[in-house]
Amino acid sequence: MIRDITIGQHFPGNSLVHRLDPRMKIILTMGYIVLLFLAANPGGLVLATVLLGILYRVAKIPLKLIVKSLKPILPIILFTVVLNLFFITGQGSPLFEMGFIKVYIEGVRYAVLMGVRIVLLIAGTSLLTYTTSPISLTDAIERLLSPLAKLHCPVHELAMVMTIALRFIPTLIEETDKIMNAQKARGAQLDSGTLQQRMKAMVPILIPLFVSAFRRADELAMAMECRCYRGGEGRTRLKQLRLTSTDWASFGVCMVIFAGIWATNLLFTGL
Amino acid sequence: MKEKAMICAQDVHFRYLPEMPFAVDGVNMQIQKGEFVAVLGANGCGKSTLSKHFNAILLPEKGTVLVEEMDTRQEEHLYDIRQKVGMVFQNPDNQIVATVVEEDVAFALENLGVPPAEIRSRIDEAMDMAGIAKHKHKAPHKLSGGQKQRVAIAGVIAMRPDCLILDEATAMLDPIGREKVMKTIRHLNKDFGITVVAITHYMEEAAQADRIVVMNKGKVVLEGTPKEVFSQVDLLHSLRLDVPQATELAQQLRAAGLDMPKDCITEEECAQALAKLLA
Repeated sequence: MIRDITIGQHFPGNSLVHRLDPRMKIILTMGYIVLLFLAANPGGLVLATVLLGILYRVAKIPLKLIVKSLKPILPIILFTVVLNLFFITGQGSPLFEMGFIKVYIEGVRYAVLMGVRIVLLIAGTSLLTYTTSPISLTDAIERLLSPLAKLHCPVHELAMVMTIALRFIPTLIEETDKIMNAQKARGAQLDSGTLQQRMKAMVPILIPLFVSAFRRADELAMAMECRCYRGGEGRTRLKQLRLTSTDWASFGVCMVIFAGIWATNLLFTGL
Repeated sequence: MKEKAMICAQDVHFRYLPEMPFAVDGVNMQIQKGEFVAVLGANGCGKSTLSKHFNAILLPEKGTVLVEEMDTRQEEHLYDIRQKVGMVFQNPDNQIVATVVEEDVAFALENLGVPPAEIRSRIDEAMDMAGIAKHKHKAPHKLSGGQKQRVAIAGVIAMRPDCLILDEATAMLDPIGREKVMKTIRHLNKDFGITVVAITHYMEEAAQADRIVVMNKGKVVLEGTPKEVFSQVDLLHSLRLDVPQATELAQQLRAAGLDMPKDCITEEECAQALAKLLA
Protein backbone atom coordinates (compact mmCIF):
# COMPACT_ATOMS: atom_id res chain seq x y z
CA MET A 1 0.00 0.00 0.00
CA ILE A 2 2.55 2.54 1.21
CA ARG A 3 4.95 1.20 -1.40
CA ASP A 4 2.70 2.26 -4.25
CA ILE A 5 3.63 5.88 -3.77
CA THR A 6 5.82 6.93 -6.64
CA ILE A 7 7.75 10.14 -6.52
CA GLY A 8 8.55 12.05 -9.65
CA GLN A 9 6.33 9.83 -11.75
CA HIS A 10 8.24 9.14 -14.88
CA PHE A 11 6.81 7.40 -17.90
CA PRO A 12 9.71 6.26 -20.05
CA GLY A 13 9.25 6.77 -23.75
CA ASN A 14 11.06 7.81 -26.86
CA SER A 15 8.92 10.63 -28.19
CA LEU A 16 10.13 14.05 -29.26
CA VAL A 17 9.03 15.44 -25.90
CA HIS A 18 10.95 12.74 -24.06
CA ARG A 19 14.11 13.32 -26.05
CA LEU A 20 14.10 17.09 -25.67
CA ASP A 21 16.98 18.40 -23.59
CA PRO A 22 15.83 18.54 -19.95
CA ARG A 23 17.21 22.06 -19.55
CA MET A 24 15.09 23.20 -22.47
CA LYS A 25 12.07 21.48 -20.97
CA ILE A 26 12.52 23.20 -17.62
CA ILE A 27 12.90 26.62 -19.22
CA LEU A 28 9.93 26.10 -21.53
CA THR A 29 7.78 24.86 -18.64
CA MET A 30 8.69 27.92 -16.60
CA GLY A 31 7.95 30.16 -19.54
CA TYR A 32 4.62 28.43 -20.02
CA ILE A 33 3.64 29.00 -16.37
CA VAL A 34 4.47 32.70 -16.55
CA LEU A 35 2.54 32.96 -19.79
CA LEU A 36 -0.55 31.34 -18.24
CA PHE A 37 -0.79 34.21 -15.80
CA LEU A 38 0.09 36.87 -18.36
CA ALA A 39 -2.62 35.77 -20.75
CA ALA A 40 -5.69 37.70 -19.71
CA ASN A 41 -7.60 36.76 -22.82
CA PRO A 42 -9.69 33.57 -22.95
CA GLY A 43 -8.44 33.08 -26.50
CA GLY A 44 -4.87 32.87 -25.17
CA LEU A 45 -5.79 30.19 -22.67
CA VAL A 46 -7.63 28.20 -25.34
CA LEU A 47 -4.45 28.32 -27.42
CA ALA A 48 -2.38 27.26 -24.38
CA THR A 49 -4.74 24.33 -23.79
CA VAL A 50 -4.47 23.24 -27.40
CA LEU A 51 -0.67 23.44 -27.27
CA LEU A 52 -0.55 21.29 -24.14
CA GLY A 53 -3.02 18.82 -25.63
CA ILE A 54 -0.81 18.40 -28.69
CA LEU A 55 2.29 17.92 -26.54
CA TYR A 56 0.51 15.23 -24.50
CA ARG A 57 -0.45 13.48 -27.74
CA VAL A 58 3.12 13.66 -29.03
CA ALA A 59 4.47 12.30 -25.72
CA LYS A 60 1.81 9.54 -25.81
CA ILE A 61 0.85 10.19 -22.19
CA PRO A 62 -2.71 8.95 -21.57
CA LEU A 63 -5.05 11.82 -20.72
CA LYS A 64 -6.48 10.00 -17.74
CA LEU A 65 -3.14 10.55 -16.03
CA ILE A 66 -3.84 14.28 -16.01
CA VAL A 67 -7.14 13.62 -14.29
CA LYS A 68 -5.26 11.51 -11.76
CA SER A 69 -2.66 14.18 -11.12
CA LEU A 70 -5.40 16.82 -10.75
CA LYS A 71 -7.36 14.86 -8.19
CA PRO A 72 -5.28 15.75 -5.12
CA ILE A 73 -5.44 19.46 -5.88
CA LEU A 74 -9.13 19.52 -6.72
CA PRO A 75 -9.96 21.20 -3.38
CA ILE A 76 -7.47 23.97 -4.14
CA ILE A 77 -8.99 24.54 -7.57
CA LEU A 78 -12.51 24.62 -6.15
CA PHE A 79 -11.44 26.94 -3.35
CA THR A 80 -9.84 29.40 -5.78
CA VAL A 81 -12.77 29.28 -8.16
CA VAL A 82 -15.32 29.86 -5.39
CA LEU A 83 -13.32 32.67 -3.84
CA ASN A 84 -12.97 34.42 -7.16
CA LEU A 85 -16.63 33.90 -7.91
CA PHE A 86 -17.79 35.57 -4.72
CA PHE A 87 -15.22 38.24 -4.08
CA ILE A 88 -14.66 39.84 -7.44
CA THR A 89 -16.92 42.84 -7.69
CA GLY A 90 -17.73 44.39 -11.02
CA GLN A 91 -19.63 47.27 -12.42
CA GLY A 92 -23.28 46.95 -13.12
CA SER A 93 -25.77 44.86 -11.30
CA PRO A 94 -24.85 41.45 -9.90
CA LEU A 95 -25.94 38.37 -11.81
CA PHE A 96 -27.25 36.83 -8.70
CA GLU A 97 -27.68 37.90 -5.11
CA MET A 98 -28.27 35.97 -1.92
CA GLY A 99 -27.79 37.76 1.40
CA PHE A 100 -24.24 39.10 1.43
CA ILE A 101 -23.21 36.94 -1.53
CA LYS A 102 -23.13 38.79 -4.80
CA VAL A 103 -21.94 37.22 -8.03
CA TYR A 104 -20.94 39.50 -10.89
CA ILE A 105 -20.25 38.63 -14.49
CA GLU A 106 -16.60 39.62 -13.96
CA GLY A 107 -16.43 37.18 -11.07
CA VAL A 108 -17.62 34.29 -13.22
CA ARG A 109 -15.17 35.20 -15.94
CA TYR A 110 -12.28 35.51 -13.53
CA ALA A 111 -13.16 32.29 -11.71
CA VAL A 112 -13.24 30.28 -14.93
CA LEU A 113 -9.92 31.77 -16.12
CA MET A 114 -8.30 31.03 -12.76
CA GLY A 115 -9.58 27.46 -12.73
CA VAL A 116 -8.30 26.84 -16.25
CA ARG A 117 -4.94 28.39 -15.36
CA ILE A 118 -4.41 26.12 -12.37
CA VAL A 119 -5.44 23.02 -14.33
CA LEU A 120 -3.00 23.95 -17.11
CA LEU A 121 -0.28 24.74 -14.60
CA ILE A 122 -0.54 21.29 -13.04
CA ALA A 123 -0.92 19.54 -16.38
CA GLY A 124 2.06 21.44 -17.80
CA THR A 125 4.43 20.70 -14.93
CA SER A 126 3.23 17.09 -14.83
CA LEU A 127 4.20 16.74 -18.48
CA LEU A 128 7.73 17.74 -17.47
CA THR A 129 7.98 15.09 -14.76
CA TYR A 130 6.19 12.44 -16.85
CA THR A 131 8.67 12.77 -19.69
CA THR A 132 11.90 13.46 -17.77
CA SER A 133 13.61 11.01 -15.41
CA PRO A 134 14.39 12.42 -11.96
CA ILE A 135 18.09 12.02 -12.57
CA SER A 136 18.10 14.08 -15.74
CA LEU A 137 15.95 16.67 -13.98
CA THR A 138 18.49 17.08 -11.18
CA ASP A 139 21.23 17.03 -13.80
CA ALA A 140 19.51 19.81 -15.73
CA ILE A 141 18.95 21.87 -12.60
CA GLU A 142 22.64 21.50 -11.78
CA ARG A 143 23.60 22.75 -15.24
CA LEU A 144 21.09 25.58 -15.22
CA LEU A 145 22.29 26.79 -11.85
CA SER A 146 25.98 26.29 -12.64
CA PRO A 147 26.61 30.03 -13.14
CA LEU A 148 25.77 30.39 -9.44
CA ALA A 149 28.71 28.12 -8.59
CA LYS A 150 30.97 31.04 -9.49
CA LEU A 151 29.34 32.93 -6.65
CA HIS A 152 30.36 30.06 -4.31
CA CYS A 153 26.88 28.59 -4.29
CA PRO A 154 27.17 24.83 -3.62
CA VAL A 155 25.28 23.87 -6.79
CA HIS A 156 26.91 20.46 -7.29
CA GLU A 157 26.33 19.57 -3.64
CA LEU A 158 22.66 20.54 -3.84
CA ALA A 159 22.20 18.42 -6.94
CA MET A 160 23.95 15.50 -5.22
CA VAL A 161 21.67 15.90 -2.21
CA MET A 162 18.63 15.79 -4.50
CA THR A 163 19.89 12.67 -6.28
CA ILE A 164 20.58 10.86 -3.03
CA ALA A 165 17.20 11.92 -1.63
CA LEU A 166 15.46 10.53 -4.72
CA ARG A 167 17.48 7.34 -4.43
CA PHE A 168 16.61 6.81 -0.76
CA ILE A 169 12.90 7.67 -0.82
CA PRO A 170 11.81 4.14 -1.84
CA THR A 171 14.31 2.57 0.58
CA LEU A 172 13.06 4.64 3.50
CA ILE A 173 9.40 4.10 2.61
CA GLU A 174 10.04 0.36 2.67
CA GLU A 175 11.79 0.73 5.99
CA THR A 176 8.90 2.77 7.47
CA ASP A 177 6.55 0.02 6.40
CA LYS A 178 8.74 -2.57 8.12
CA ILE A 179 9.02 -0.55 11.35
CA MET A 180 5.26 0.07 11.40
CA ASN A 181 4.62 -3.64 11.07
CA ALA A 182 7.18 -4.41 13.75
CA GLN A 183 5.55 -1.94 16.16
CA LYS A 184 2.09 -3.25 15.31
CA ALA A 185 3.34 -6.74 16.11
CA ARG A 186 4.33 -5.38 19.52
CA GLY A 187 0.84 -4.06 20.06
CA ALA A 188 1.19 -0.46 18.87
CA GLN A 189 -2.15 1.08 17.89
CA LEU A 190 -1.44 3.36 15.00
CA ASP A 191 -4.85 3.89 13.47
CA SER A 192 -7.08 4.34 16.47
CA GLY A 193 -7.42 6.75 19.35
CA THR A 194 -7.53 10.52 19.49
CA LEU A 195 -5.32 12.67 17.32
CA GLN A 196 -2.96 13.19 20.24
CA GLN A 197 -2.70 9.46 20.89
CA ARG A 198 -2.03 8.76 17.26
CA MET A 199 0.69 11.39 17.15
CA LYS A 200 2.27 9.82 20.22
CA ALA A 201 2.10 6.43 18.52
CA MET A 202 4.26 7.83 15.69
CA VAL A 203 7.21 8.41 18.03
CA PRO A 204 8.26 4.73 18.18
CA ILE A 205 8.21 4.72 14.38
CA LEU A 206 10.08 7.94 13.79
CA ILE A 207 12.92 7.28 16.24
CA PRO A 208 14.04 3.96 14.70
CA LEU A 209 13.60 5.47 11.26
CA PHE A 210 15.87 8.37 12.11
CA VAL A 211 18.47 6.17 13.77
CA SER A 212 18.56 3.95 10.72
CA ALA A 213 18.68 6.91 8.34
CA PHE A 214 21.73 8.25 10.13
CA ARG A 215 23.42 4.85 10.00
CA ARG A 216 22.66 4.60 6.30
CA ALA A 217 24.05 8.08 5.73
CA ASP A 218 27.24 7.11 7.52
CA GLU A 219 27.71 3.96 5.47
CA LEU A 220 26.85 5.72 2.23
CA ALA A 221 29.41 8.41 2.96
CA MET A 222 32.06 5.75 3.45
CA ALA A 223 31.05 3.91 0.28
CA MET A 224 31.22 7.20 -1.63
CA GLU A 225 34.69 7.88 -0.25
CA CYS A 226 35.76 4.40 -1.31
CA ARG A 227 34.69 5.30 -4.81
CA CYS A 228 36.89 8.38 -4.81
CA TYR A 229 34.14 10.97 -4.32
CA ARG A 230 35.65 14.39 -3.66
CA GLY A 231 32.99 16.92 -4.52
CA GLY A 232 32.12 18.45 -7.86
CA GLU A 233 35.55 19.62 -8.91
CA GLY A 234 37.07 17.78 -11.86
CA ARG A 235 34.06 15.54 -12.14
CA THR A 236 32.88 14.27 -15.52
CA ARG A 237 29.44 12.91 -16.34
CA LEU A 238 28.32 9.75 -18.08
CA LYS A 239 25.50 11.52 -19.85
CA GLN A 240 26.55 14.76 -21.43
CA LEU A 241 23.78 17.22 -22.09
CA ARG A 242 24.17 18.67 -25.54
CA LEU A 243 21.70 20.93 -27.26
CA THR A 244 20.92 19.56 -30.71
CA SER A 245 19.30 21.31 -33.65
CA THR A 246 16.04 19.49 -32.78
CA ASP A 247 16.18 21.11 -29.34
CA TRP A 248 16.63 24.56 -30.81
CA ALA A 249 13.91 23.95 -33.40
CA SER A 250 11.46 22.82 -30.71
CA PHE A 251 12.44 25.81 -28.66
CA GLY A 252 11.78 28.10 -31.62
CA VAL A 253 8.37 26.57 -32.35
CA CYS A 254 7.35 26.85 -28.70
CA MET A 255 8.51 30.45 -28.57
CA VAL A 256 6.41 31.35 -31.60
CA ILE A 257 3.34 29.74 -30.03
CA PHE A 258 4.09 31.45 -26.71
CA ALA A 259 4.27 34.78 -28.53
CA GLY A 260 0.96 33.96 -30.19
CA ILE A 261 -0.63 33.24 -26.83
CA TRP A 262 0.69 36.46 -25.41
CA ALA A 263 -0.39 38.42 -28.46
CA THR A 264 -4.02 37.48 -27.82
CA ASN A 265 -3.84 40.04 -25.02
CA LEU A 266 -3.58 42.73 -27.65
CA LEU A 267 -6.73 41.53 -29.34
CA PHE A 268 -10.17 41.99 -27.97
CA THR A 269 -10.48 41.76 -24.23
CA GLY A 270 -14.19 41.79 -23.97
CA LEU A 271 -16.49 38.95 -23.08
CA MET B 1 63.22 -9.58 -7.90
CA LYS B 2 59.99 -10.71 -6.34
CA GLU B 3 56.88 -8.95 -7.57
CA LYS B 4 55.76 -6.31 -5.12
CA ALA B 5 52.95 -7.29 -2.79
CA MET B 6 49.44 -5.97 -3.37
CA ILE B 7 48.96 -5.07 0.28
CA CYS B 8 51.53 -5.20 2.99
CA ALA B 9 50.54 -4.46 6.57
CA GLN B 10 53.34 -4.11 9.09
CA ASP B 11 52.68 -4.08 12.80
CA VAL B 12 49.38 -2.22 12.36
CA HIS B 13 47.80 -0.85 15.52
CA PHE B 14 44.50 0.99 15.57
CA ARG B 15 41.93 2.02 18.16
CA TYR B 16 38.83 4.13 17.69
CA LEU B 17 39.34 6.14 20.89
CA PRO B 18 42.50 6.55 22.96
CA GLU B 19 40.81 5.07 26.05
CA MET B 20 39.62 2.01 24.17
CA PRO B 21 41.66 -1.17 23.68
CA PHE B 22 43.32 -1.66 20.31
CA ALA B 23 40.79 -2.90 17.74
CA VAL B 24 43.70 -3.96 15.55
CA ASP B 25 46.64 -4.93 17.68
CA GLY B 26 49.90 -5.46 15.83
CA VAL B 27 48.88 -7.16 12.62
CA ASN B 28 51.39 -8.24 10.01
CA MET B 29 49.91 -9.38 6.75
CA GLN B 30 51.03 -9.73 3.17
CA ILE B 31 48.60 -10.15 0.34
CA GLN B 32 50.10 -11.09 -3.01
CA LYS B 33 48.69 -10.08 -6.37
CA GLY B 34 45.99 -12.37 -7.67
CA GLU B 35 45.47 -14.06 -4.35
CA PHE B 36 42.05 -14.88 -2.87
CA VAL B 37 42.31 -14.40 0.88
CA ALA B 38 39.48 -15.01 3.31
CA VAL B 39 39.54 -13.33 6.70
CA LEU B 40 37.66 -15.09 9.47
CA GLY B 41 36.96 -14.11 13.02
CA ALA B 42 34.18 -13.71 15.56
CA ASN B 43 32.26 -10.42 15.76
CA GLY B 44 34.40 -7.58 17.03
CA CYS B 45 37.72 -9.28 16.32
CA GLY B 46 38.92 -6.32 14.27
CA LYS B 47 38.69 -7.84 10.81
CA SER B 48 36.46 -5.08 9.42
CA THR B 49 38.61 -2.41 11.03
CA LEU B 50 41.71 -3.96 9.51
CA SER B 51 40.16 -4.10 6.05
CA LYS B 52 39.34 -0.39 6.21
CA HIS B 53 43.09 0.24 6.48
CA PHE B 54 43.65 -1.34 3.09
CA ASN B 55 42.18 1.59 1.19
CA ALA B 56 43.03 4.41 3.54
CA ILE B 57 39.56 4.85 5.04
CA LEU B 58 41.31 4.38 8.37
CA LEU B 59 44.94 5.15 9.02
CA PRO B 60 47.04 3.11 11.46
CA GLU B 61 47.98 4.64 14.76
CA LYS B 62 51.24 2.70 14.74
CA GLY B 63 52.78 0.63 11.96
CA THR B 64 52.33 1.06 8.23
CA VAL B 65 50.07 -0.19 5.45
CA LEU B 66 51.57 -0.26 1.97
CA VAL B 67 49.37 -0.65 -1.09
CA GLU B 68 51.60 -1.49 -4.03
CA GLU B 69 54.36 0.14 -2.00
CA MET B 70 52.42 3.37 -1.51
CA ASP B 71 52.01 4.35 2.12
CA THR B 72 48.34 4.93 2.96
CA ARG B 73 49.34 7.85 5.15
CA GLN B 74 50.67 9.87 2.24
CA GLU B 75 47.84 12.07 1.14
CA GLU B 76 49.02 12.49 -2.44
CA HIS B 77 48.44 8.76 -3.01
CA LEU B 78 44.96 8.71 -1.45
CA TYR B 79 42.93 8.50 -4.67
CA ASP B 80 45.44 6.20 -6.37
CA ILE B 81 45.06 3.82 -3.47
CA ARG B 82 41.27 4.02 -3.43
CA GLN B 83 41.19 3.42 -7.16
CA LYS B 84 43.45 0.37 -6.82
CA VAL B 85 41.67 -1.12 -3.81
CA GLY B 86 37.91 -1.18 -4.17
CA MET B 87 35.64 -2.00 -1.30
CA VAL B 88 32.18 -3.58 -1.16
CA PHE B 89 30.19 -3.38 2.06
CA GLN B 90 27.58 -5.50 3.71
CA ASN B 91 24.40 -3.59 2.95
CA PRO B 92 23.88 -3.04 -0.78
CA ASP B 93 21.20 -0.41 -0.12
CA ASN B 94 23.66 1.85 1.63
CA GLN B 95 26.30 1.97 -1.07
CA ILE B 96 24.28 2.69 -4.18
CA VAL B 97 24.23 6.40 -4.92
CA ALA B 98 22.27 6.91 -8.12
CA THR B 99 18.68 6.11 -9.08
CA VAL B 100 19.58 4.15 -12.22
CA VAL B 101 21.89 1.12 -12.24
CA GLU B 102 24.24 2.33 -14.99
CA GLU B 103 24.51 5.79 -13.46
CA ASP B 104 25.55 4.21 -10.20
CA VAL B 105 28.18 2.05 -11.88
CA ALA B 106 29.50 5.23 -13.51
CA PHE B 107 29.73 7.11 -10.20
CA ALA B 108 33.35 6.27 -9.39
CA LEU B 109 34.50 7.03 -12.93
CA GLU B 110 32.72 10.39 -12.87
CA ASN B 111 34.55 11.15 -9.65
CA LEU B 112 37.86 10.22 -11.24
CA GLY B 113 37.18 12.58 -14.13
CA VAL B 114 37.23 9.92 -16.86
CA PRO B 115 36.01 11.25 -20.25
CA PRO B 116 32.33 10.36 -21.00
CA ALA B 117 33.02 8.05 -23.96
CA GLU B 118 35.45 6.01 -21.91
CA ILE B 119 33.03 5.90 -18.97
CA ARG B 120 30.46 4.33 -21.29
CA SER B 121 32.75 1.54 -22.46
CA ARG B 122 34.15 0.86 -19.01
CA ILE B 123 30.78 0.64 -17.28
CA ASP B 124 29.44 -1.67 -20.00
CA GLU B 125 32.45 -3.89 -19.44
CA ALA B 126 32.05 -3.77 -15.64
CA MET B 127 28.32 -4.58 -15.86
CA ASP B 128 29.10 -7.54 -18.11
CA MET B 129 31.74 -8.78 -15.69
CA ALA B 130 29.33 -8.56 -12.78
CA GLY B 131 26.50 -10.08 -14.82
CA ILE B 132 24.02 -7.23 -14.42
CA ALA B 133 24.12 -5.78 -17.95
CA LYS B 134 20.47 -6.63 -18.55
CA HIS B 135 19.36 -4.52 -15.58
CA LYS B 136 21.29 -1.40 -16.52
CA HIS B 137 18.28 0.88 -16.97
CA LYS B 138 16.44 -0.30 -13.86
CA ALA B 139 16.07 1.49 -10.56
CA PRO B 140 18.22 -0.13 -7.86
CA HIS B 141 15.31 -0.56 -5.44
CA LYS B 142 13.55 -2.79 -7.95
CA LEU B 143 16.39 -5.36 -7.83
CA SER B 144 16.90 -8.27 -5.46
CA GLY B 145 19.57 -8.17 -2.75
CA GLY B 146 22.01 -10.28 -4.76
CA GLN B 147 21.51 -8.15 -7.85
CA LYS B 148 22.01 -4.95 -5.85
CA GLN B 149 25.22 -6.32 -4.39
CA ARG B 150 26.44 -7.14 -7.90
CA VAL B 151 25.60 -3.56 -8.92
CA ALA B 152 27.80 -2.42 -6.03
CA ILE B 153 30.57 -4.76 -7.22
CA ALA B 154 30.24 -3.45 -10.79
CA GLY B 155 30.48 0.11 -9.45
CA VAL B 156 33.78 -0.80 -7.83
CA ILE B 157 35.31 -2.86 -10.65
CA ALA B 158 34.51 -0.08 -13.14
CA MET B 159 37.48 1.70 -11.52
CA ARG B 160 39.59 -1.27 -12.71
CA PRO B 161 40.98 -1.92 -9.24
CA ASP B 162 43.74 -4.46 -8.68
CA CYS B 163 42.17 -5.57 -5.44
CA LEU B 164 38.63 -6.04 -4.21
CA ILE B 165 37.81 -6.04 -0.50
CA LEU B 166 34.50 -7.58 0.46
CA ASP B 167 33.41 -6.62 3.93
CA GLU B 168 30.85 -9.35 4.63
CA ALA B 169 29.41 -8.59 1.23
CA THR B 170 27.22 -11.70 1.22
CA ALA B 171 25.98 -11.49 4.81
CA MET B 172 22.59 -9.96 4.01
CA LEU B 173 21.80 -12.11 0.98
CA ASP B 174 19.68 -15.20 0.56
CA PRO B 175 21.50 -18.42 -0.42
CA ILE B 176 20.85 -17.99 -4.15
CA GLY B 177 21.98 -14.36 -4.15
CA ARG B 178 25.04 -15.33 -2.13
CA GLU B 179 25.98 -18.11 -4.54
CA LYS B 180 25.67 -15.74 -7.52
CA VAL B 181 27.77 -13.06 -5.86
CA MET B 182 30.44 -15.63 -4.95
CA LYS B 183 30.44 -16.92 -8.51
CA THR B 184 30.98 -13.37 -9.78
CA ILE B 185 33.83 -12.89 -7.32
CA ARG B 186 35.54 -16.17 -8.25
CA HIS B 187 35.19 -15.20 -11.91
CA LEU B 188 36.85 -11.83 -11.26
CA ASN B 189 39.62 -13.50 -9.30
CA LYS B 190 40.35 -16.39 -11.68
CA ASP B 191 39.73 -14.76 -15.06
CA PHE B 192 40.80 -11.19 -14.46
CA GLY B 193 43.44 -11.75 -11.80
CA ILE B 194 41.84 -9.32 -9.36
CA THR B 195 43.12 -9.86 -5.83
CA VAL B 196 40.25 -10.61 -3.46
CA VAL B 197 40.15 -10.12 0.28
CA ALA B 198 36.87 -11.50 1.59
CA ILE B 199 35.80 -10.95 5.16
CA THR B 200 33.14 -13.51 5.86
CA HIS B 201 31.20 -15.53 8.37
CA TYR B 202 30.44 -18.31 5.94
CA MET B 203 32.93 -21.14 6.17
CA GLU B 204 31.87 -22.57 2.82
CA GLU B 205 32.94 -19.28 1.23
CA ALA B 206 36.23 -19.25 3.09
CA ALA B 207 36.89 -22.81 1.90
CA GLN B 208 37.04 -21.49 -1.69
CA ALA B 209 39.90 -19.12 -0.89
CA ASP B 210 43.59 -19.69 -1.58
CA ARG B 211 44.46 -18.70 1.94
CA ILE B 212 42.61 -18.09 5.19
CA VAL B 213 43.59 -15.65 7.92
CA VAL B 214 41.90 -16.09 11.28
CA MET B 215 41.76 -13.10 13.60
CA ASN B 216 40.95 -12.88 17.27
CA LYS B 217 40.98 -9.79 19.51
CA GLY B 218 42.79 -7.68 16.95
CA LYS B 219 45.54 -10.22 16.26
CA VAL B 220 46.15 -12.79 13.56
CA VAL B 221 46.00 -16.16 15.29
CA LEU B 222 46.03 -18.64 12.45
CA GLU B 223 47.00 -18.49 8.81
CA GLY B 224 47.21 -21.06 6.04
CA THR B 225 45.43 -22.85 3.25
CA PRO B 226 41.80 -23.79 3.90
CA LYS B 227 42.88 -27.40 4.49
CA GLU B 228 45.48 -26.39 7.06
CA VAL B 229 43.16 -24.00 8.86
CA PHE B 230 40.05 -26.15 8.92
CA SER B 231 41.94 -29.20 10.16
CA GLN B 232 42.35 -27.33 13.47
CA VAL B 233 38.74 -27.86 14.43
CA ASP B 234 39.27 -27.48 18.17
CA LEU B 235 41.19 -24.24 17.92
CA LEU B 236 38.52 -22.76 15.64
CA HIS B 237 35.77 -23.83 18.02
CA SER B 238 37.61 -22.19 20.91
CA LEU B 239 37.63 -18.94 18.88
CA ARG B 240 33.85 -19.26 18.50
CA LEU B 241 34.18 -20.13 14.85
CA ASP B 242 32.65 -22.95 12.86
CA VAL B 243 34.21 -25.20 10.30
CA PRO B 244 32.50 -26.22 7.04
CA GLN B 245 29.82 -28.86 7.57
CA ALA B 246 31.85 -31.44 5.65
CA THR B 247 34.82 -30.93 7.98
CA GLU B 248 32.54 -31.09 10.99
CA LEU B 249 31.09 -34.39 9.79
CA ALA B 250 34.50 -35.89 9.07
CA GLN B 251 35.69 -34.84 12.52
CA GLN B 252 32.69 -36.42 14.25
CA LEU B 253 33.16 -39.63 12.27
CA ARG B 254 36.82 -39.69 13.20
CA ALA B 255 35.91 -39.23 16.85
CA ALA B 256 33.60 -42.22 16.44
CA GLY B 257 36.56 -44.26 15.26
CA LEU B 258 36.23 -44.12 11.50
CA ASP B 259 39.23 -43.49 9.28
CA MET B 260 38.27 -40.12 7.79
CA PRO B 261 40.92 -37.72 6.44
CA LYS B 262 41.58 -34.62 8.52
CA ASP B 263 41.61 -32.22 5.63
CA CYS B 264 38.33 -32.63 3.84
CA ILE B 265 36.64 -29.28 3.49
CA THR B 266 34.16 -29.65 0.64
CA GLU B 267 31.12 -31.88 0.45
CA GLU B 268 32.65 -33.49 -2.62
CA GLU B 269 35.79 -34.56 -0.75
CA CYS B 270 33.74 -35.77 2.18
CA ALA B 271 31.50 -37.83 -0.07
CA GLN B 272 34.51 -39.41 -1.79
CA ALA B 273 36.14 -40.28 1.51
CA LEU B 274 32.92 -41.87 2.70
CA ALA B 275 32.51 -43.80 -0.54
CA LYS B 276 36.04 -45.16 -0.12
CA LEU B 277 35.26 -46.25 3.43
CA LEU B 278 32.07 -47.97 2.39
CA ALA B 279 33.58 -49.73 -0.61
